[in-house]
Amino acid sequence: MPQAFHDATMMWLFGGVLCALIIFHVVGNTLKNRQRRETGRTTIDTLNARIRAWWKMCIIFFLSILLGRIGALVMFAVISFLAMREYMTLVPTRRGDHRTLFWSFFLIMPLQYYLVGAHRYGLFAIMIPVLAFIFVPTSIAIAGDTSNFLERSAKIQFGLMVCVYCLSHAPALLLLNIPEFEGHNARLLLYLGIVDQMNDILQYVWDKLIGSHKIAWRVSPNKTWEGFAAGVVSATAIGTALWWATPFTPLQSAGMSFMICLLGFAGSLVISALKRDIGIKDFGVVIEGQGGILDHIDSLCFAAPIFFHLVRYYFAP
Amino acid sequence: MNEGIHPIASLLAAVARFISGVQVQWAGCEPSVRQRIYFANHTSHLDFVVLWSALPSEIRARTRPIAAKDYWEETPLRRYLAANVFKAVLVERGVTTKAKNHEEARFAGRSLIEDMAGALGSEHSLILFPEGTRGSGEKVETFRGGLFHLALRRPDVELVPAYLENLNRILPKGEFAPVPMLSLLTFGKPIQVEAHEGKDEFLERAREAVSSLRRIGSA
Repeated sequence: MPQAFHDATMMWLFGGVLCALIIFHVVGNTLKNRQRRETGRTTIDTLNARIRAWWKMCIIFFLSILLGRIGALVMFAVISFLAMREYMTLVPTRRGDHRTLFWSFFLIMPLQYYLVGAHRYGLFAIMIPVLAFIFVPTSIAIAGDTSNFLERSAKIQFGLMVCVYCLSHAPALLLLNIPEFEGHNARLLLYLGIVDQMNDILQYVWDKLIGSHKIAWRVSPNKTWEGFAAGVVSATAIGTALWWATPFTPLQSAGMSFMICLLGFAGSLVISALKRDIGIKDFGVVIEGQGGILDHIDSLCFAAPIFFHLVRYYFAP
Repeated sequence: MNEGIHPIASLLAAVARFISGVQVQWAGCEPSVRQRIYFANHTSHLDFVVLWSALPSEIRARTRPIAAKDYWEETPLRRYLAANVFKAVLVERGVTTKAKNHEEARFAGRSLIEDMAGALGSEHSLILFPEGTRGSGEKVETFRGGLFHLALRRPDVELVPAYLENLNRILPKGEFAPVPMLSLLTFGKPIQVEAHEGKDEFLERAREAVSSLRRIGSA
């Protein structure tokens, strides 16, 4: 049995998540039957879709801790793969990018996860920002097509950074050596997931309830300053209340949650802007039935590496 | 058919589905075991495997691809895949244009159609790429005549147009390694040769039936 199952606190945390999910599920279904107005119904449908996604995430998370560190690594590698596949579908690439893309998928991505799993912090930290940064434009140049060269290199590099590099910091949490917290790192991963998802959903709910001043209506018409502030405050409160499951004091936990919330907001705003830019309207049909992985991980992408580095810097000397 | 599907074929189909994340839409008809000729645009070596893997398994077991003899008989591996794994019907390309005279062309053309009609038999369906060769993916090229003659020879078989999108980006012509991307496959409404319809007229209509199924960037 993996360590996570002998960890009573972990089981409390996970059990708490399951209880909360059951409550959300029941409330969501009740609201669905009560709601008569059309606008209200779409909001409730969005919430229920998110709750369904949480069920899936919980099952995947449970299975991955069942398999220990390897399980979590494989799970995040698969998510990276699906996210990259979606990203590269949406981003216009040219024929000359073919081999670069091939190596990105089948060499760089597996290598990044291998290095995370092999505790090679020094290497995995520079893998994509340095090594892939050199490899990508070089290999596009070798293919010989110079049209939009800078744009194409940047697009592939950005995809690797967001879908692979940033995301791989989430399972990297499991490899930190935190004094007096050994064997409990899976809790940190769950903590990150809970705060991140709560922030997402609470910002959405507060936007609907009290939102009036738009933040960047061109990028994401639903985001408002009121929703942002109330969402961050309430999700930070939830994160703070979970301090007992982490190596943090309540105050530290508040700080960590606050950072996760801000970065979660930044991540989803950036992915929205990206989708507007590449004209998701045209390609939306391609990802319709595929779950829209990018939509689910957008807020985690920026939060994971910063949370990782904060924990590493302050708690894992 | 009691021969079933070759395990390697099932494996390749699963890999193709994973790489291409194909999303299938039956827009103009429902999946059915009735005899059909699926005809589609052609941009990638993956076209056949993806189309084939998108069919429900009992239909898949009865569906065979029409493939180019010159390509699939070149190496032992290809020969094995074509003959044993996918049970492909191998035909020679351009027999009518290569023929020395009119008589010879007619004869070659007719025996080609007989081969395909024979492969249909009483329970099989076929997958055909009437452009004859892989294109760039920008437009559907002019169809060759085989589809027309086969349709006349076997009027009882349904002609189902299909459009494959984005596969030219997954495995373009001239590359051997695929890049994972999402793709679409749309099946359209069956067509048939109308009374007094000429060959070119019908082939153009069939081409239109395929290219009108395009979904990316069309809405």
